[in-house]
Amino acid sequence: MQFMLLFSRQGKLRLQKWYVPQADKEKKKITRELVQTVLARKPKMCSFLEWRDLKVVYKRYASLYFCCAIEDQDNELITLEIIHRYVELLDKYFGSVCELDIIFNFEKAYFILDEFLLGGEAQETSKKNVLKAIEQADLLQENLDFQIRLFPAPS
Amino acid sequence: MPAVSKGDGMRGLAVFISDIRNCKSKEAEIKRINKELANIRSKFKGDKALDGYSKKKYVCKLLFIFLLGHDIDFGHMEAVNLLSSNKYTEKQIGYLFISVLVNSNSELIRLINNAIKNDLSSRNPTFMCLALHCIANVGSREMAEAFAGEIPRILVAGDTMDSVKQSAALCLLRLYKASPDLVLMGEWTSRVVHLLNDQHMGVVTAAISLITCLSSKNPDEFKTCVSLAVSRLSRIVSSASTDLQDYTYYFVPAPWLSCKLLRLLQCYPPPEDGAVKGRLVECLETILNKAQEPPKSKKVQHSNAKNAILFEAISLIIHYDSEPNLLVRACNQLGQFLQHRETNLRYLALESMCTLASSEFSHEAVKTHIETVINALKTERDVSVRQRAADLLYAMCDRSNAKQIVAEMLSYLETADYSIREEMVLKVAILAEKYAVDYSWYVDTILNLIRIAGDYVSEEVWYRVIQIVINRDDVQGYAAKTVFEALQAPACHENMVKVGGYILGEFGNLIAGDPRSSPLVQFNLLHSKFHLCSVPTRALLLSAYIKFINLFPETKATIQEVLRSDSQIRNSDVELQQRAVEYLKLSSIASTDVLATVLEEMPPFPERESSILAKLKKKKGPGAVSVELEDGKERGELNGGADRGGEAAIAASNASTPSPSSDLLGLRSAAPVGGPAPSAGSLLVDVFSEAGPAASSTRVNDDGFLSSAPPSAASEDPAPPLPESDELLNKFVCKNNGVLFENQLLQIGIKSEYRQNLGRMYLFYGNKTSVQFVSFTTTVSCPGELQSQLNVQTKPVEPLVEGGAQVQQVINIECLTDFVDAPLLNIKFRYGGALQNITLKLPVTINKFFQPTEMAAADFFQRWKQLSQPQQEAQKIFKASHGMDTEVLKAKLLGLGTALLENVDPNPENYVCAGVIQTKIQQVGCLLRLEPNAQAQPGEQMYRLTLRSSKDTVSQRVCDLLAEQF
Repeated sequence: MQFMLLFSRQGKLRLQKWYVPQADKEKKKITRELVQTVLARKPKMCSFLEWRDLKVVYKRYASLYFCCAIEDQDNELITLEIIHRYVELLDKYFGSVCELDIIFNFEKAYFILDEFLLGGEAQETSKKNVLKAIEQADLLQENLDFQIRLFPAPS
Repeated sequence: MPAVSKGDGMRGLAVFISDIRNCKSKEAEIKRINKELANIRSKFKGDKALDGYSKKKYVCKLLFIFLLGHDIDFGHMEAVNLLSSNKYTEKQIGYLFISVLVNSNSELIRLINNAIKNDLSSRNPTFMCLALHCIANVGSREMAEAFAGEIPRILVAGDTMDSVKQSAALCLLRLYKASPDLVLMGEWTSRVVHLLNDQHMGVVTAAISLITCLSSKNPDEFKTCVSLAVSRLSRIVSSASTDLQDYTYYFVPAPWLSCKLLRLLQCYPPPEDGAVKGRLVECLETILNKAQEPPKSKKVQHSNAKNAILFEAISLIIHYDSEPNLLVRACNQLGQFLQHRETNLRYLALESMCTLASSEFSHEAVKTHIETVINALKTERDVSVRQRAADLLYAMCDRSNAKQIVAEMLSYLETADYSIREEMVLKVAILAEKYAVDYSWYVDTILNLIRIAGDYVSEEVWYRVIQIVINRDDVQGYAAKTVFEALQAPACHENMVKVGGYILGEFGNLIAGDPRSSPLVQFNLLHSKFHLCSVPTRALLLSAYIKFINLFPETKATIQEVLRSDSQIRNSDVELQQRAVEYLKLSSIASTDVLATVLEEMPPFPERESSILAKLKKKKGPGAVSVELEDGKERGELNGGADRGGEAAIAASNASTPSPSSDLLGLRSAAPVGGPAPSAGSLLVDVFSEAGPAASSTRVNDDGFLSSAPPSAASEDPAPPLPESDELLNKFVCKNNGVLFENQLLQIGIKSEYRQNLGRMYLFYGNKTSVQFVSFTTTVSCPGELQSQLNVQTKPVEPLVEGGAQVQQVINIECLTDFVDAPLLNIKFRYGGALQNITLKLPVTINKFFQPTEMAAADFFQRWKQLSQPQQEAQKIFKASHGMDTEVLKAKLLGLGTALLENVDPNPENYVCAGVIQTKIQQVGCLLRLEPNAQAQPGEQMYRLTLRSSKDTVSQRVCDLLAEQF
């Protein structure tokens, strides 16, 4: 996968994750073009489209569009389910996730994504395992002092 | 500082985000952000040391602002500090900031790498994962240098936690993709391959992406993975849906891993070991069988996951292309999907069937679905699905169904979406030629193409129809009759006029017996279109007229009358005028015999292969082809077809550059591509232009002008512009003279001068070697819309450049209207037998046409205010790349071509300039303001550059050009 974008129906970008290096200017250009293209599509249209030399896979959940750009040899349907699994993860973590959760806790959305996908590939597809990792991190946050004693800072 | 309970979110951040959301306008948002930025900056710069929590909060706010699309130029140091915090959340935010806002500042990278190193050796799995995520997210070369050696060790070590292994595998993958030379698997290879056997499904899932990538690059070293992958796949495929617990997704066992296993196997040929192969075939059959079973769930996730595996299995079957039984089953399965109610499945089935069509085992099976596919082309509501249907029709076309498919595509073209018309035109043209049994059908098809979608018919297509008509005498009479009829239409496309003019000029005599198409009728018909045509077409028509004089002496008086008229003989266009004068003279002084010789019918074009097609053939498989093509447009399939067909030279040249050396007509002249530029050879399909570049001026006297051009170095397509050509161009924005380019062989110097909207450039080509350059040709071309914006004329150079010698070339430039791109200069020559092919950007930029304008402060501000609409202004804020030396700045601004206005800006640090850009059609007034923050520390010095002009494109372009200069 080359990148993933989350944007609202109004075209506001909510999350961006780039798995191949791009200049900031290029990122903005890609985002603008792609948001326009996807928003212009009608609801019943297929979830895949060719864009530049990439394949774009997108799906709308409530007010948010999830949009991935994959390479020629990548599998469209499984990418669609990557999106769905990510939505499930967000949903489970936030409890009935909505766009506002992602706006106000954007850093969490990034952390969850990093546990699930790394370098554009699936790192862990088990919902339980991903959430366990995130919950552990949250726990670490609660038990700071304990943590510090357990893992002294490297000298 | 408010007391914040541990584990609580950052309240300040939430408040800030709400504020932003409550902003009613973009301006209000920017105001709020600037306020926040100022606040954060003062906190970071303040004397009081910030505690970790505050630092985290501010860094997080900066991140939020960046993600809103604003530039962030500070805070990196604070983020780096967070990395070494003991508090997990602070560390985490630090890493997130670094991952999103990578800064190539080497000092910082060292610090970041240090922090990562500490976390990697901390033996705390959570910290290790964070560090690995950061490396995977940034993936820079510096990080590869620092960690590519360490990560494989972590990946295969016995005591590494599973979650760390997963991160390490994908981290390594990212580094390998970015810097393959730094990631050496060597001794680790076998242990990495054996991760496919790992008990933990998550580890296998992560590791297989790495293994697939490594295998595709080093198949031999990793080939033991095949049998491991097959047995893993077999275990998954045969497992019950509950066996794999949380790795079962909507009743489908491990869909991601299954797809990846099938994908990995596509890096290899079918297994040689009979047992392994048997097991794999069994898996594939099971997957195909499961597709026929009733679904275990009605959820779309279930069917998607199941079908994802099915499509991947079909890809593998197609990749092997050796099991007829499986191929036919795959084809039947896809056939079912063609009529599925899910649009997604129809789309994928069409796509996948396209590759099946090229297998000899399944080609016939694919063809049985032709009616369904035609129906899809007509009725699908989604253009991307229709596009797939068109691709499939193209792929399944052969002699038996060509007429039907071409007819369907033609009728679809009438209503096709603009986005796919051009491609459809090419496909129809290729199929029509490839499967033409009788050429009258071919001629009809191409003329229909021009009628239906004339705008999308590229030169190559209509060149090709002329070529074929000239080479086949059985179709010439028919072609003449057909174009004659087509030209009767009151409004016909200019391309039709071109084809018509050319064909009637050659073969009009074949239909002249019919009084309805007598010579004069033909001439009047053509001439009735003349005034509506562009210069190149008119030039072609003039050549057709002189051919008429030879074919039909009775038209001579009429045509001479036309040529003699002021609108021809005094035409402001040099090329047209020259043709009128020369043809008139030729027709009056040459004897009938001479005329007959000079204006003889064109000899057949040599049936030769286009250079691009040859390239295509070297590369096997349609997949490899698209890379070769210039404009990345979806033309892979086209050439896939050409690859199979062989004779479809048209396919290749269609995919080639739009340059005039798309020499389908055998016109190999090294002519400039100046579009309407009246220089020699720009009118490619001129009956005369077989001659070389000098033809224009010497045509009448040149004995050899009807002979074929000598083979030259120019037969090769121009190379794409050098990567550094933009940089070289930028060097000349503020100066007119200097060395444009230099390598070991060649030096190119430039001197140029501009006045009003005109410019003259002298290019000096110096041969730095002691050996002569042979077939030295240079071509200046104006790509795309530049053609209509700049008029560039060149004089050809001598084809021999002796060792140590320098040759000079003059280029005349006329700016018609404002423009963005630069003309391309292509240089080709042979040095010791090897062809050198260099393309540069000619440093002609819009600012060259500036006339400086002096004005007083009051005038300046009044005009500045007048130009206050947002689109009239372009602004850039950028870091200073050089020092802020006043004299240097002034020299550059003067070099830009504007007047530097003193005592205008109230702030003496600022610079303001004014000038008028002169183009043929208009003048564009332009004001400029450059604000340096000279007081800032070196390294933090910035400029704000503002341009205002009456034309948005001008403001933007001048702003872009100038921003590169400081």
